[in-house]
Amino acid sequence: MASLGELERAVMDLLWAGQEAATANTLRDLLAQSTQPQDGSAGHVGKDLAVTTVLTVLSRLERKGLVERERGTRPHRYQAVSSRADHTAELMHEVLGSAPDREAVLARFIGSVTDNEAETLRKLLGRS
Amino acid sequence: MFWTSYFLAVLAIALAWPVPILLSRAQWPARSPFTAMLLWQAIALAGGLSMIGAMLVYGLEPVGDNLLSGLRALAGMVFHNAPTTELGFWHIFALSAAALLTAHLVFTLLLTYYKIQRQRRRHRELLDLLASPSSDGPGTMVLNVDSPVAYCLPGGARSVTVLSDGLMAALEPDELRAVLIHENAHLSQRHHLLLWAFAAWRQALPWLPTTRLAQESVNSLIEMLADDVALKTESKATLIRAIAIVASGSPATPAVRLAFGEPGVADGDPSQPGATGGSGSAGTTASRVSRLLSPQPPLSEPLRAAVLACCVLLLAVPTALLLVPGLLG
Repeated sequence: MASLGELERAVMDLLWAGQEAATANTLRDLLAQSTQPQDGSAGHVGKDLAVTTVLTVLSRLERKGLVERERGTRPHRYQAVSSRADHTAELMHEVLGSAPDREAVLARFIGSVTDNEAETLRKLLGRS
Repeated sequence: MFWTSYFLAVLAIALAWPVPILLSRAQWPARSPFTAMLLWQAIALAGGLSMIGAMLVYGLEPVGDNLLSGLRALAGMVFHNAPTTELGFWHIFALSAAALLTAHLVFTLLLTYYKIQRQRRRHRELLDLLASPSSDGPGTMVLNVDSPVAYCLPGGARSVTVLSDGLMAALEPDELRAVLIHENAHLSQRHHLLLWAFAAWRQALPWLPTTRLAQESVNSLIEMLADDVALKTESKATLIRAIAIVASGSPATPAVRLAFGEPGVADGDPSQPGATGGSGSAGTTASRVSRLLSPQPPLSEPLRAAVLACCVLLLAVPTALLLVPGLLG
């Protein structure tokens, strides 16, 4: 049985790849399919997967603000809130941002490089 | 009592303005970044202590010979309704300001901690979905981004170093190793605690020159400390190449390769190193590289000892002025 983290990842991959909203049943079937060909390897995502497990994963993702539920339809249909590219952009925005309170969240190998600094850097490298 | 508050006020002003400006302009911190880091911490702590202490001592002057008896008298007024007639308007004003400033500092420290933790958790959640584990070890993840980016995200046992595809493509194995050692040094030396404390200090008193200068200096000093760790196993040229390539934002800028006598990639236009983001840590990268290119000897033993003595005095003198008269009397 795969961990919840692995399942979250697999579900998000399906939702990002799919064009339209999907029900938990559809997702369960897709997850089971996606693991069929690689029989024998460890860490299968979809083997013996219960729909309730998929629903648990979806509600966790919903709480994290990554997935939204279409109201009013039964069974509920789920879709990704933003695309994979948008979320990557969100991460990069946080990495490259330079607000004082943001600088404490993570430590970059190279911080912001100003034009002046780039000029100095070029001169230094040219001279050596 | 009066002279104590006068002295603490002068100390607070000195630590809020001229001292940090002098220290941020000094050249020696690049030679002994660890010693400089201790001095910045002592300046911040002593600055806060003397600010609050000066107001407290001034406000308590009419009701006690020293801080401890003054605080006892104040507790009597607050908790047992003792008469407050001895305190004038300015005394009460100073006491309220001291209480507000203390609460403000503690509250900002906690709020900043909470905000940073929340952003890190969110960042980590997205990484778990978007990044793939790297072959370099369990604490390393690779993100599918074209520009060369490397950073570490602290989070206790779940700390992680993130590399972009662009970085992996742009760097040679030894350069990549230098970047990884650099980032892991941030994590193992717990630099995130310093980043948090100085970010909170700046957040609390943004108009004070010392808080901005301290945060900028500390940001740049931790990079130097991490560079020094990387230099223990990787060559200087490797580290400089890694910094230059990542800073220029493009793989194998011809000028960089040529500068270090590497053949092969000399044709094509030299790409312009671009400005990535604002000017938050302006100057850090250039000072790191110039420090590597023309290394200065570390500060001599007696000078380092003198700076350390300054740190101890900065913390001991205000504390002693506040507490010793009360303990002796």
